[in-house]
Amino acid sequence: MKKVLVMMLVVVTAYACGNQNGGSTTKAPGSEATTNDNPSYDPQRGEGKFTKVEVAATIDAKLLENGTKVYTVKCSACHKLTGEKLVGPGWTGVTKRHTAEWIMNFVTNTDAMLNKDPKAQALLEICLVRMPNQNVSDDDARGIYEFMRKNDGIK
Amino acid sequence: MRTYKFSAMALIAVALVIGFIACKPKNAGNAVSADAASKVYVAPGKYDEFYNFVSGGFSGQMSVYGLPSGRLLKVVPIFSINPENGYGFSEESKPMLNTSHGFIPWDDQHHLDLSQTNGEIDGRWIFANANNTPRVARVDLSTFHTSEIIELPNSAGNHSSPFITENTEYVVAGTRFSVPPDDVNGDVPINTYKKNFKGTISFISVDKGSGKMDIAFQLQCPGVNFDLSHSGKEKSHGWFFFSCYNTEQANTLLEVNASQNDKDFIMAVNWKKAEEYLKAGKGRKQSVKYAHNVYDEKTHTATSEIKTEVTVLDTKLLKDICYFIPCPKSPHGCDVDPTGEYIVGSGKLAALIPVFSFDKIQAAIAAKDYIGDYDGIPIIKYESALYGEVKKPGLGPLHTEFDGKGNAYTSFFVSSEVVKWNIKDLKVLDRAPTYYSVGHLCIPGGDTKKPNAKYLIAYNKITKDRYLPTGPELAQSAQLYDISGDKMQLILDFPTIGEPHYAQAVSADLIKNNSVKFFKIDENTNKYVSKGESTTKVVREGNKVHIYMTAIRSHFSPDNIEGVKLGDEVYFHITNLEQDWDVPHGFAIKAAGNAELLIMPGETQTLKWTPDRVGIIPIYCTDFCSALHQEMQGYVRVSQAGSNVPISYSLGTNLPNADSTTKK
Repeated sequence: MKKVLVMMLVVVTAYACGNQNGGSTTKAPGSEATTNDNPSYDPQRGEGKFTKVEVAATIDAKLLENGTKVYTVKCSACHKLTGEKLVGPGWTGVTKRHTAEWIMNFVTNTDAMLNKDPKAQALLEICLVRMPNQNVSDDDARGIYEFMRKNDGIK
Repeated sequence: MRTYKFSAMALIAVALVIGFIACKPKNAGNAVSADAASKVYVAPGKYDEFYNFVSGGFSGQMSVYGLPSGRLLKVVPIFSINPENGYGFSEESKPMLNTSHGFIPWDDQHHLDLSQTNGEIDGRWIFANANNTPRVARVDLSTFHTSEIIELPNSAGNHSSPFITENTEYVVAGTRFSVPPDDVNGDVPINTYKKNFKGTISFISVDKGSGKMDIAFQLQCPGVNFDLSHSGKEKSHGWFFFSCYNTEQANTLLEVNASQNDKDFIMAVNWKKAEEYLKAGKGRKQSVKYAHNVYDEKTHTATSEIKTEVTVLDTKLLKDICYFIPCPKSPHGCDVDPTGEYIVGSGKLAALIPVFSFDKIQAAIAAKDYIGDYDGIPIIKYESALYGEVKKPGLGPLHTEFDGKGNAYTSFFVSSEVVKWNIKDLKVLDRAPTYYSVGHLCIPGGDTKKPNAKYLIAYNKITKDRYLPTGPELAQSAQLYDISGDKMQLILDFPTIGEPHYAQAVSADLIKNNSVKFFKIDENTNKYVSKGESTTKVVREGNKVHIYMTAIRSHFSPDNIEGVKLGDEVYFHITNLEQDWDVPHGFAIKAAGNAELLIMPGETQTLKWTPDRVGIIPIYCTDFCSALHQEMQGYVRVSQAGSNVPISYSLGTNLPNADSTTKK
């Protein structure tokens, strides 16, 4: 009898605790819907420190030079300069698909974006490899963006 | 609901207690208090409060545990090759294990000491001794890498090491085996110990900024066995204390022959005095050979240099450096309390603990209160140096740690217990059993000026039935005691690797925030680094083939390589292009006679491979890196010696048909 009572109490206790855990179920990466649930979230900008990136009409040679270096070391292993997907998407047209802010936020705040941003998650569903956080500095991110612009035909 | 839940818990607790009593446990289980589980529980995802650095004994490595959970966090390879991460296998790390005797793959690691500033742990480095082929290592606690290893000439069995001074001015290394010095003909009859054998103590200086070690000087001492040591602190800063045994100078059956004298010695060393002699040019330059190995975190490469000279101070001729203090029954531990006034000697065969007073030692030296000399070194009268004795504390005292509240904790090997006693009145306050036959003890900061005495860990010599049996060879047994109250409380057993000897523990806050997460690829200056896939290549230099390769989730570049021939020596120089925390890549090639690699983000590591047959040889990544990790693979084609298949390499494109091998 004592045993049964104890068992019952254990069950009750477990039940009582159940609600506390209920609120914090963790979501698997990429499992969120691709719609924008959060009205305050700007999917064109993404999440990160870049709110407004100044971009000139023509290519800045200095930015391009740095961007080319960073691309070689940190990006080229997975991104082709054509439209062909390697590990990640090819870069042709990337500056037309995303804003400068979105790209630079994604490059510098990769994990947070992959966990939250609808467009980033849609790409993850295609590529199935989470883009590595390559610890790209702000300046390097800007350089990469310039390199992408050049690749997209900006003179 | 809340009350109901509480009463339910209480009921269960009562039921448990009833069940517990009903079982009448006869084994060691009853030494554990009821709240032990909550004291050692660290919830998933939470950090431990302390790092515990534990010597790996005959494994040659150092293990790192979290406390109070006892979870193993890492094994840091120091003096032995390590298949887990390629230490001692990669071309970059091999020089770390070089000695004047050549490459030594496996040593015996006994003691650890964390670097200190002003007598407090500063969290920068931890020093380790190699007991067999005498060496001292420095491990950098930002990378948990062995940064430096220095070999010790004139030494054999570096046991009395690597204890440090209160500002890490020096790391010491006292020889266990006295031997003839390296620069004389050692081809002498073994039974000429008394005439030919000398004991050497090395003082290794440590650069304040870089940590770089250098043998500042060696003390040539009478031939005895130096065992353990600790530096003075506060008022006794400038002094070092070494226990020694075999003052009988026996060279055979030491078990009996070195246990004849009622008292051996603690040797007090005035190292400031030694520095004066050194400055005055009283040292003798001795021609020796020893290796000094340094690991560079920018090139990710170790270099080994053989050095050829050391300065020796003869303590028989140069007075006032060394003094002997009689200590009963083959002293082992030699521990100095946080105030620097009390020096605790522990005779392995004794049934008392002598406590010496630094002030009394100084007074005795001033008054030349000697009972004679031992091979030219004055012997202070026992009573004149003695503060007092702890009477009947237990059997076979070994080591003592301090809590900074005026208490000492001493391990007793023979009676298998830890005994807490008060330093001032020498009264025993508490005793707790250990399972079984305890050796070293550790309190966080327990050998410094500022102990953080929440826990005490006992490292036992015998494990027996403490864990599920695993055949004749068992894990080692460490035990955690809560010492925050008046009584010691056993709260956890945890298994350790090798055989734990001395250990160190420190608040995690001092270490964890400095931990390097990855190596910056921009700063990588390895000779064979590939900064980006476009720089990867395969280069033939005679019969050596250098493959500059990169790894990133989830492919190698290049991953198809042809033109390797039998008789070639192939070097895979692999750069991990990742720049994020916890993304190592592994590298393996079939039939590698030289293990594998594990390459941290931003690192370059090299595996040497000598093909032994013609054919297609696979390579792959051994560390699960992404969803497509199983795709991270490639092939190397091995042709006959003299074949005309040219060197070629590629990634992502099929090379021209095998019949047209002339061009890439």
